[in-house]
Amino acid sequence: MTNDLARWQFATTSIYHFLFVPVTIGLAFLVAVLQTAWYRNDKPEYRRLTKFFGTLLLINVAVGVVTGLVQEFEFGMNWSAYSKFVGDVFGGPLAMEGLAAFFLESTFLGLWIFGWDRLPKRVHLACIWLVAIGSMLSALFILAANSWMQHPVGYKLDSHGVPQLNNIWALFTNPTFLWGYVHVILASLVTGSLVMLAVCAWHLRKQREVEAFGHAARISVLVLLPVILLQMFVGNKLGEIEATYQPVKIAAAEAQWENCQPCSFSAFQIGGGKNDQTPTQVIAIPHLLSILATGTWNGPVEGLNQLQKEDEKKYGPGNYIPNVFIQYWSMRVMAYLGSLIALFALWGAWLVHKGTLERSKWFLRAGLLAVVTPFIMNTAGWLLTENGRQPWIVQGLMKTINANSPSVSSTDIWISLIAFVLIYIALGAADLVLMLRYGRKELGPDDDAGSSGAAGTGATTIPALTY
Amino acid sequence: MQLHTIWFVIIAIFWVGFFVLEGFDFGVGVLHTIVGRTETERRVALNTIGPWWDGNEVWLIVAGAGMFAAFPTWYATMFSALYLALVIVLAALMARGVAMEFKGKGDGERWRRSWMWCTTLGSLLVPLLLGVGLGDLLHGLPINSSHDFTGNFFDLLTGYGLWTGVTLLSLCLLHGSTFLKLRTTDAVRERSRAAARPLGWAAIALVAGWVIWTRSVAGGPDVPQPCEVLAVIAVIFAARLAATDHDGWAFSASAVAIAAMVGSIFIDLYPHVMVSSTNAAYDLTVNNAASGSYALKVMTVAAAIFFPLVLIYQGWSFHVFRGRVKAPPAQPDQARSAMPAAPQV
Repeated sequence: MTNDLARWQFATTSIYHFLFVPVTIGLAFLVAVLQTAWYRNDKPEYRRLTKFFGTLLLINVAVGVVTGLVQEFEFGMNWSAYSKFVGDVFGGPLAMEGLAAFFLESTFLGLWIFGWDRLPKRVHLACIWLVAIGSMLSALFILAANSWMQHPVGYKLDSHGVPQLNNIWALFTNPTFLWGYVHVILASLVTGSLVMLAVCAWHLRKQREVEAFGHAARISVLVLLPVILLQMFVGNKLGEIEATYQPVKIAAAEAQWENCQPCSFSAFQIGGGKNDQTPTQVIAIPHLLSILATGTWNGPVEGLNQLQKEDEKKYGPGNYIPNVFIQYWSMRVMAYLGSLIALFALWGAWLVHKGTLERSKWFLRAGLLAVVTPFIMNTAGWLLTENGRQPWIVQGLMKTINANSPSVSSTDIWISLIAFVLIYIALGAADLVLMLRYGRKELGPDDDAGSSGAAGTGATTIPALTY
Repeated sequence: MQLHTIWFVIIAIFWVGFFVLEGFDFGVGVLHTIVGRTETERRVALNTIGPWWDGNEVWLIVAGAGMFAAFPTWYATMFSALYLALVIVLAALMARGVAMEFKGKGDGERWRRSWMWCTTLGSLLVPLLLGVGLGDLLHGLPINSSHDFTGNFFDLLTGYGLWTGVTLLSLCLLHGSTFLKLRTTDAVRERSRAAARPLGWAAIALVAGWVIWTRSVAGGPDVPQPCEVLAVIAVIFAARLAATDHDGWAFSASAVAIAAMVGSIFIDLYPHVMVSSTNAAYDLTVNNAASGSYALKVMTVAAAIFFPLVLIYQGWSFHVFRGRVKAPPAQPDQARSAMPAAPQV
């Protein structure tokens, strides 16, 4: 019970946290791109766009940062057995994240917000780039730590059976990390560009500031297209890597109970869960699973029943199969929505080529809807990754059931869970109100007056400086 | 010096740095409605920490993450023992962090008032409860042979822990008032000076009492130790100087006071990191709580590379925004003229 509650809490708080993180990483990059454009061409609308989207970035960073604090503390609070067990290896990247990334991100964000009139243009531009780099570095360290839970490397077990780090480079060359990190960064860029595009689409549909928002919309599409195409390749490659190191995860994602060769891919099916191993396959595509999992036409894929037997032999009796329903559908939601977004990006790129993006009613309407997809895909991706690792908290080394804090009761966790959920609902509501409000605001004025504070506020009476 | 001792010192530096820097942010957060009567003045007060508070808060994160990496058992036992206290700390940090960003972006009296209370209460609770937690490390908590906490929330509220929390809070408030006095002008500065007076007296009494109590809790000699003496002297200087126009000196003195107090806790703690009130044999020490030597070496290299960089660019940020924050001249043509349009740092 306590263990389940602790899992619910971690799942809730980390999924929530990761709604904001990709927006921060993606938008920080795009705002840096806009400001670079302004730096180079000196056109006032780029400065106005920088401030406008900078404000949206700041609203998101606020929630992303404070919900990140919870994550940082939660390991020790709810998972003390885990923390004691893995600290030697897992703590390192976390501490490096603080030292190398959080300081960079927060210090230069402060300099950027307040530095518009105080810093030379070039230095001020460097500040936003350092914010963008800091946010990407933070993802790097946390992904290195997370990948170690998926595929532990660079350690030896000491006399008590506790992992001791013996090769730090192994953590940063872990294939799960390399592909997983790229996957997360690309997902963040997809998220950021779709958020920016949706805001532009809203304004363009109202025929407001068509020139400026047209620029920003084109930039979003031009970032989105290569990123989403690359993402489909990277996501596929990550699946192959995981099939190698965590075969159960991928077999569960395909609801593949029996061994197969060649293996067909079920595009949609009913059943196939724990008590129904013979699903009604509505659509099956021959050979596709072999290609996805092994990269070859006729590659074999081990079924869950076989993997379960092997794991029992290796680790003793127990259930080594994660929830198949979650695995199967989170994989499909991610892949299908990703493909839709790729088509959407191609459509957008074609309109950019034709020069009619600003006037395309249907594309702009689709752009407004598309903004929800990255959040669904990001969540599905983490469900696939983390649920697929169960019953392990560290693959092959420690089970989740043994990882929670012995000194923390279920009452304690209920209290904290309810407190966090209430706070998160309030934060989410405030964030949404502000995002909608500032996303629909007019661009700030052309001139530099009233420009010394946070972005995009000059035209209104909202104080430029919001601290 | 052995690696785990070096890391104990590094973690102590992170905690000291956190309270010296974020300490004035907490003080400003609590005092901003007292030194600022109008919305403009309150904004001026909060603007004094605007560019920095977020970076200052990272010191807490690296303190926690540093403990996780270098002393996993310490991190695990302490954070799970302080469970409900930390839930409140997190709630307070969240409320206050978001309030700083969101308050000025909404409309209406209710929106502003809600976030104002988040700032005030959040800034009050965090140093108070973290102070209780740090005091408890030294005082001792029920911890069993497998280094797990066996008590409940009320076991955290030891007399010594509470005194430590209140003392630390009073130092943060004094530190905040000397900081505000250093960074503002006119009415806000004068009210900061006025606030520093009672805060100074309270802090002197609390710190003196804390030193005496610490002597009986920490063991060792009955005579106050150098760092504790320094804390007392510094807080007296801070309180006295706060009345004068030597704003920089007053702020330096309150910074030294806060550093000396937090530093004393860690000096008295060493070589323990967490005392067990159940049995001295179950104490957590730098030896039995530390990571392996390879992990510590890696972390030492990482800290040696990144920490100086952090000091340089954070120091540069302090340099860029030095000088006093002033309210802009009134703009009667604007409906909400009470709002300063820009920081006149």
